[in-house]
Amino acid sequence: MGLLIRLCGISAILFVMGILLFIVREAAPVVVSGRVSLVQFLTRPEWFPTSEVHRRYGALAMIAGTFSVTGLAMLMAVPFGLGAALYLSEFCPPRPKEVLKIVMELLAAIPSVVWGFIGLTVLSRIIVTLTGAPVGVNMLNGALVLALMSVPIIVSIAEDALKAVPDSYREAALALGATRWQVTWRVLLPAARHGLLAAVLLGVGRGVGETMAVLMTTGHAVQMPRSVLDSVRTLTANIAAELGEAPAGSDHYRVLFLTGVLLMVITLAINVTADLIVRGVKRS
Amino acid sequence: MIPPDDLAIETRGLNLWYGSFQALRNVNLRIRRGIITALIGPSGCGKTTLLRCFNRINERDPNVRTTGEVRILGHEIHGPHVALEELRRHVGMVFQRPNPLPLSVYENVVFGLRVHCSAGALTRDELDAAVESALTEVGLWRDLRDRLDRRATDLQLEQQQKLCIARLLPLKPELILMDEPCSALDVEGTHAIEELMFSLRERYTIVIVTHNMAQARRASDECVFMLLGELVEHRRTADLFLAPSDPRTAEYIEGRYG
Ligand SMILES: Nc1ncnc2c1ncn2[C@@H]1O[C@H](COP(=O)(O)OP(=O)(O)OP(=O)(O)O)[C@@H](O)[C@H]1O
Ligand SMILES: [Mg+2]
Repeated sequence: MGLLIRLCGISAILFVMGILLFIVREAAPVVVSGRVSLVQFLTRPEWFPTSEVHRRYGALAMIAGTFSVTGLAMLMAVPFGLGAALYLSEFCPPRPKEVLKIVMELLAAIPSVVWGFIGLTVLSRIIVTLTGAPVGVNMLNGALVLALMSVPIIVSIAEDALKAVPDSYREAALALGATRWQVTWRVLLPAARHGLLAAVLLGVGRGVGETMAVLMTTGHAVQMPRSVLDSVRTLTANIAAELGEAPAGSDHYRVLFLTGVLLMVITLAINVTADLIVRGVKRS
Repeated sequence: MIPPDDLAIETRGLNLWYGSFQALRNVNLRIRRGIITALIGPSGCGKTTLLRCFNRINERDPNVRTTGEVRILGHEIHGPHVALEELRRHVGMVFQRPNPLPLSVYENVVFGLRVHCSAGALTRDELDAAVESALTEVGLWRDLRDRLDRRATDLQLEQQQKLCIARLLPLKPELILMDEPCSALDVEGTHAIEELMFSLRERYTIVIVTHNMAQARRASDECVFMLLGELVEHRRTADLFLAPSDPRTAEYIEGRYG
């Protein structure tokens, strides 16, 4: 039995390493051979992978796309998610709390392609009506969908963080005459700050890695975004859309894998940071 | 009979239920101002429950239901216009487990001032002075004056409990409620807290719950004996221990309930 479990653990690690190795191996030749410069890849916005005369592999516009959509999404999801977590753990009576938690779980269970669908049909129409934008599939739309998708994650992790704050702290502050709001601001938020930060980071990680929903809702235009109503393309959406048409082994194909490596580095960094933060909490 | 002005706490017909379990039964209690009163009785008799009625902190539990009257310094505390925050400003509480807030020593001491005064109302100098005088009073100033920004939760238990007393003082409470304040401490710590109680006695009314008969004898002026949610006997400590008037009290102090 112990052996079986160890085997599972080891094979999980092997799989992850294997995936990483495979992606790096597919991407490496194009960089090693010098046909595409890493610096250009990271700093140029021109992406013309199929052009005959003017071929360019600059991912900056899509890096900007990923970060702008995620950033905007977090601007909406973080206050909302942390607020909801605070409400659930500190202010909500037990009965509605159960209902709300089930709703959160349902939200988390909606497949991302369905979110994309909602963005494409419902949100885009609303955006066009309200803002007068020429197209409704743009950064704002993608960010709204991403925000809705990451709120359940943020809420559930943030709520855990607040629940982990010992009740004796609340009681101590209340007995000194603090109101519930003062307890929240002055005691709970500082005490739970690591866990709350981890919740936010995992939300960000979700945003960066999400593919289908943003592919469907951001408009898929490779350009440096100037306003929230501009269409953009993200790193993930680009891979999903183009990998099928790039001939295996071509430069284009390898640059898409390079994009995959970049994505993995970003999400890994975010997750490791979140993990370290959470572990920091447990130690103290 | 105690003149009404000398009364710190008065309860009339106080009953309390946790759900359907009745933890306090018709408690009629009159606690004098400016002295130390000990609440004693076997485990589970309702000492903590009674103490937590006096600052209404037990209302945090939605299952709790109370009937009857509780007057603190002549004011009924269950009235519709009673502000809980104000009540708790006047009635401080020290808990069984030291529970300093996860903030610095300094912020723990000024926490009460911060929550009760509007942001601009206190100057840095006033806060500093409040910290120095509160910590001096509990005997922590010499040890901690250079470490005011340390996390209070990293202190030794005895220091933590002293800090929990110190943080009540800037609010100038009338009453200090202590629920077995020494049960987490060693002999020396217990002794230090008792000394501290004596030094605070004249200016504050203190009610202390204790399991420790010797402590009740040493440290209190009056003593209240409870059993199964009822108040059995309330007299001067010396009298209660020398000549209990109720046979149940006698059995308890002879150690029959443990
Ligand atoms: N939150 C609660 N919910 C339900 N019952 C409770 C609760 N708190 C206390 N009780 C019950 O009420 C009774 C009185 O409890 P209380 O804590 O006041 O006793 P105590 O005299 O302080 O005991 P100890 O000396 O062990 O601290 C006990 O029977 C206890 O089981
Ligand atoms: Mg108790």
